[in-house]
Amino acid sequence: MSSHTILILLGAFAASAVEAVEALTIVLGVGIVRGWRSTLIGAGLAGVVLAVLIAALGPALRVVPIETLRLVVGALLLAFGMQWLRKAILRAGGYKPMKDEDEAFRRQRELAAAAGQEERAGLDWYSFTVSFKGVLLEGLEVVFIVISFGSAQGRVGLAAAAAGAAVVLVVLAGVLARGPLERVPENSIKFAVGILLTSFGCFWGAEGAGVDWPGDEASLLAVIALLGAVSFLLVRALRRRRVAAVTAGAGA
Amino acid sequence: MRFVRSFALFWWNFVVGDDWRAALGLAVALGATYVLAHEGVNAWWLLPIGVVIVLVASVWREATID
Repeated sequence: MSSHTILILLGAFAASAVEAVEALTIVLGVGIVRGWRSTLIGAGLAGVVLAVLIAALGPALRVVPIETLRLVVGALLLAFGMQWLRKAILRAGGYKPMKDEDEAFRRQRELAAAAGQEERAGLDWYSFTVSFKGVLLEGLEVVFIVISFGSAQGRVGLAAAAAGAAVVLVVLAGVLARGPLERVPENSIKFAVGILLTSFGCFWGAEGAGVDWPGDEASLLAVIALLGAVSFLLVRALRRRRVAAVTAGAGA
Repeated sequence: MRFVRSFALFWWNFVVGDDWRAALGLAVALGATYVLAHEGVNAWWLLPIGVVIVLVASVWREATID
């Protein structure tokens, strides 16, 4: 198994785990307050839609020439990965609040308790739609990562299996914990996945643009190291700036 | 019409996000790499440098807005 394949597996697994934690918070919040039947039907239907998207788009992309595919996928991964990385750096540097799954869970429960009762097609419509939308929206990012990672390397099945394994693991952990997984270090995972997505985007984008990387696959590791180092330096600089601002504010 | 607008907005947020300048910077860096590669220059170094510049500028702009 090449280093590329291992990194694709890790990236798909980690990204999927983070999104699954967020989706789990929504499903648990609604299910505990309003009951499980409609909530689980909504979550299950969204899961089916996401699986169909991967099954349909994955093979369809095989007809696109690999150079074109890598250029387009690389450009999308660059833009998308940069968003994850940027937010993770700002959170780690203290310039954006960390995501709080416990708080999100509490808010979800309050909203679920306050919502009116409406029944459609034998389902509690609030539970069904909130759970469906929550899983679908969190899952779309995973579908995008699985398809882009997998298609550019011809490994959609493997990337989908890694993402599926992460979802199963998170659901099992949620069932065992009987609550949201607030101890999962979401920002650290998003930080690492952001570096991976942006690095793959850079590597495939340049390759699709017609560039030959020196050292071929080894260049990807160098790009990951470069972006990792720059990201850590940025976090350090932001933390110092934050501390300086707080100290100056206290002294004033 | 509302569906088309929502669909376009979803993809804009999904790919571009809240810093369109960063997305534009990346597009320029990738475009320049494409042009140079097709002019016979193996500009493998251009995109990593462009990505680093865009990342630093985007993060710093957001941090200094506060």
